[in-house]
Amino acid sequence: MADSMSSLPSVETIDLTSHQRPRRLVLEVLHDWVTTVDHKKIGLMYIGYALIFLVVGGVQALVMRIQLAVPHNSFVSPDVFNRLFTMHGTTMVFFMGMPILFGFANYLVPLMIGARDMAFPRLNAFSFWISALGGLLLYYSYIGGSGLYGMGSAPDVGWFAYAPLTMKAFSPGHSTDYWAISLILSGIGSIGTAINIVVTIITMRCPGMTLNRMPLLAWLNLVMASMVFIAVSPLTAAQIMLMLDRYLGSHFFDTQAGGSAVLWIHFFWIFGHPEVYILVLPAFAFMNEIIPVFSRKAIFGYPAMVAASVGIGFISMSVWAHHMFTVGMGAGANVFFVFSSMVIAVPTGIKIFNWLATIWGGKVRFASPMLFSVGFLFQFLIAGLTGIMLAAAPFDWQLNMSYFVVAHFHYVLVGGILFTIFAAFYYWYPKVTGRMMNERLARWHFWMMVIGFHMTFDFMHIPGLLGMPRRIYTYEPGRGWDVWNLIVTIGAFIQAIAIILFVINLIRSYYKGEIAGNDPWDAWTLEWSTASPPPVYNFAITPVVHSRRPLWDIKHPEDPDWNYE
Amino acid sequence: MLVLAVTLTIFLIVAGLLLYALIRYRHKNLETYNEPAQIYGSNQIELAWTVVPALIVVMLFLTSSRIILATQDSKKPENAVDVVTIGHQFWWEFRYPKLGVVTANELHVPVSTAADPMPTYLELSSADVDHSFWVPRLAGKTDLIPNRVNTMWIDPEQPGLYLGQCANFCGVQHAKMLLRVYADTPAQFAAWVEQQKKPAVNDPRVAEGRQIFLHSACVNCHTVSGTIANGRFGPDLTHLASRDTIASGAFENTPDNLRKWIDDPDSMKPGSLMPPMHLTDHDLNAVTAYLTTLR
Amino acid sequence: MTTIPIIRDAADEPWVLPDRGTVGMGCLIVAESAIFVIFVVAYIFYMGQSLGGPTPQQVLELPIFTTICLLSSSLTLHWAVAALRKSKVGAFTTWLATTIGLGLIFIVGTGMEWHHLIYVDGLTIRTNLFGTTFYSLVGLHATHVIVGLILLIAALIFSLTGHVSEKHAHRMDVLSLYWHFVDAVWVVVFTVVYVLGR
Repeated sequence: MADSMSSLPSVETIDLTSHQRPRRLVLEVLHDWVTTVDHKKIGLMYIGYALIFLVVGGVQALVMRIQLAVPHNSFVSPDVFNRLFTMHGTTMVFFMGMPILFGFANYLVPLMIGARDMAFPRLNAFSFWISALGGLLLYYSYIGGSGLYGMGSAPDVGWFAYAPLTMKAFSPGHSTDYWAISLILSGIGSIGTAINIVVTIITMRCPGMTLNRMPLLAWLNLVMASMVFIAVSPLTAAQIMLMLDRYLGSHFFDTQAGGSAVLWIHFFWIFGHPEVYILVLPAFAFMNEIIPVFSRKAIFGYPAMVAASVGIGFISMSVWAHHMFTVGMGAGANVFFVFSSMVIAVPTGIKIFNWLATIWGGKVRFASPMLFSVGFLFQFLIAGLTGIMLAAAPFDWQLNMSYFVVAHFHYVLVGGILFTIFAAFYYWYPKVTGRMMNERLARWHFWMMVIGFHMTFDFMHIPGLLGMPRRIYTYEPGRGWDVWNLIVTIGAFIQAIAIILFVINLIRSYYKGEIAGNDPWDAWTLEWSTASPPPVYNFAITPVVHSRRPLWDIKHPEDPDWNYE
Repeated sequence: MLVLAVTLTIFLIVAGLLLYALIRYRHKNLETYNEPAQIYGSNQIELAWTVVPALIVVMLFLTSSRIILATQDSKKPENAVDVVTIGHQFWWEFRYPKLGVVTANELHVPVSTAADPMPTYLELSSADVDHSFWVPRLAGKTDLIPNRVNTMWIDPEQPGLYLGQCANFCGVQHAKMLLRVYADTPAQFAAWVEQQKKPAVNDPRVAEGRQIFLHSACVNCHTVSGTIANGRFGPDLTHLASRDTIASGAFENTPDNLRKWIDDPDSMKPGSLMPPMHLTDHDLNAVTAYLTTLR
Repeated sequence: MTTIPIIRDAADEPWVLPDRGTVGMGCLIVAESAIFVIFVVAYIFYMGQSLGGPTPQQVLELPIFTTICLLSSSLTLHWAVAALRKSKVGAFTTWLATTIGLGLIFIVGTGMEWHHLIYVDGLTIRTNLFGTTFYSLVGLHATHVIVGLILLIAALIFSLTGHVSEKHAHRMDVLSLYWHFVDAVWVVVFTVVYVLGR
């Protein structure tokens, strides 16, 4: 589908065809990748690493779903199940979600702002490798040491590791230690990458690209990275406190000495809530780039989108205790957090409406990136609305810690974020590899994902409403949960098949995909002006821009964007 | 209900518009291609769809706040039944201070109708880690947190059995920390209280079992009122036989299950904190027989 | 054939962007501040909550001398960087050494205070909530001072071996931002622990 309907008028060209492709030794290739500081390679390493953990986390989910398919099942033992849900959550958030989004940011941000690389390339490489170390350490826990119940020391305290369950008295093995230390390491990596993103965007934009003309992807990554400094640090601080409690006998969360279990909960969610916005903002970023191109219209309301994104960033810092409505805070505190949690719906809604307005009056092309974007729009709408329901504290008093919440956040994470990640893959794969992905396989992937996703996560709301709590390795028959759990499990397997199709597409297209050219989608941002894949220096000459869509200006010299901005 | 109605309406409107836009504006004629009119934005529209959602948010917020304040700040009536609830790994301790009753896992409360209100006020705390009290058909959940006292109230209108379970991950057997709330008619409740206040039944036919019980490690963790056993680490066994289930709702209270449990709790509820008692078969039978008399 | 177009163009106005070292250090400072905020919040939250053991009023004395040393080290570092800007490498080296000296006095002073608290007053991190929050907060700050000192000593070594010149003034400026941050944190810690807490 590389139908470039208009090509960039070029005055001069540089011929990049390599006339000689010497075969390199495997060791040379490995050395190149391990020592690289090039943002594109680092970005791809983040993405590859995250895809591996997507599969691992997915397998963990499938095992859990088999266990829960019928009541009183004994497919896995209780402590294995508890390790599974802890590892699934920790893996998916920290070793799939964050790395894949950092990977895309790493690859795309310099290209989209016309820069040659990130501001601190060596910090970039260091951040990747220390995050990778964190992931490896977390998984080493399966074989390292021996927990109280044998079967390795994989963390089994839930991904939010509430104290005092994590105190030495209640978790004498090393599972909590692996959890805390691996996340401290990956937290350092996250902060490093975030510093790189912010500094790059602020100090390395190409001439003419004022903040007002920057692609929305860059804006959203700027907000996201700023949030990382402010949100990930509290988690690191709390984990340091946890380790001090466990090994130096301090009493931060030690209720026997007057410490407070609620303090951990506050600290964790002060990190945890902005964290989910950190995950969702780059997803919005992808949509901001993809939806306009496939509707053939500029994004509607650019300034409003920027304001909404920044607003979401700020407000998200003030909503954390909506995870704590059942902890027994006073009515005043509960009321405040209901308010802030509902307020955040306003800028989020603005974004959805602006996407709708972008599509309205356009000429929608349903190529694979757009299919997944459409899925995102409907699903994220639903996810946001169930979020509003949960923000109403009285509702939450029933539904907190139930499968309704699990359904809600998977709706956001899978139905929202993962769908945008798929869209981003299909959209930018041609740029990264120079080849198109297979559209037919993409359609199979899409429809199987949609069917499997809805089968699992639509129906998952029901057991929650009927009283099924989270994190239980089995449940009693006769509560009315049985059939729903079975349907949820079947949907999970359908999604697994979809993901297998996706991976096949990724690999196959690398060798057999149609050659893409610079600009297969007829898009408007700077990355499409350079070769596919880009040369290591990105741009032969630093681009100069005069509007938000530099390539539109070049392709439509009779009607450039700067007349309207 | 209001929240559901509002969110459902919003969904239908927005999703409807989206669907319409996707169908109406799909790219039909691939031969003649020109870009559609580029519309960059509109301040009035942005204002409209900021203000309207903001108003909806304010409305939902006010409704929620009203309910929060009504629930959390409501005054406790004089005749409310007080229950001190303490969460343990992996069982529930219930003490009725004004009635002098101590039991475990199965909570009896009187029904409370509009005509004759008699709610039950629970004071919630924990002896170890975080737990959460959730009986969906009676109320929302409230957490049990060590070193902290939370309160909530329930007022079942219909007599019957209401099921629930711990709703905050508390360790290996979190899933089996089940709750059974029996809403009794006033007469049933009074009878139950009467029975529970009595000290343990002292049936001479099981004297041997009683002796073995009192000389084993059992007394370190369990209380049987009227005997020397006054351990607080495990559930109070004074009226064990009056309960429908054992192991916090995990198993039916039959002599067979009880015997297996005492012999090796870990085989039935792996990770449970009760150690195997290592009794000989004969002793085991005697103790089981004794416990089944504790009505 | 793979080609990329070259589009020659000119910007509308002169193009100046902030400097990446300064912005990067600013971001790091924001992140570190967030960590300190959490420890300060824990300190304030647990003020007066200890179940036993020594209290701040009983064992804490205002560390006036070490505070003056640390705060003036910011001044000396500022003078060092100013000197380097004017290519006065000798003055730079002197002021830098003074800064390091003052920082070391601070660390030694803190160490002596801790020695007294542990061995004479019997306050350790595990004694009570005060001990926990005191040692962790002051310790976190001291760790940051030590890291700063290591970086400053590295700069001093470069200077003494003749590798520093005026063109490094900007990098020293960025480093000095970190040191000023560490001092600012001390002002907060001092106020919360030694003034408000007693």
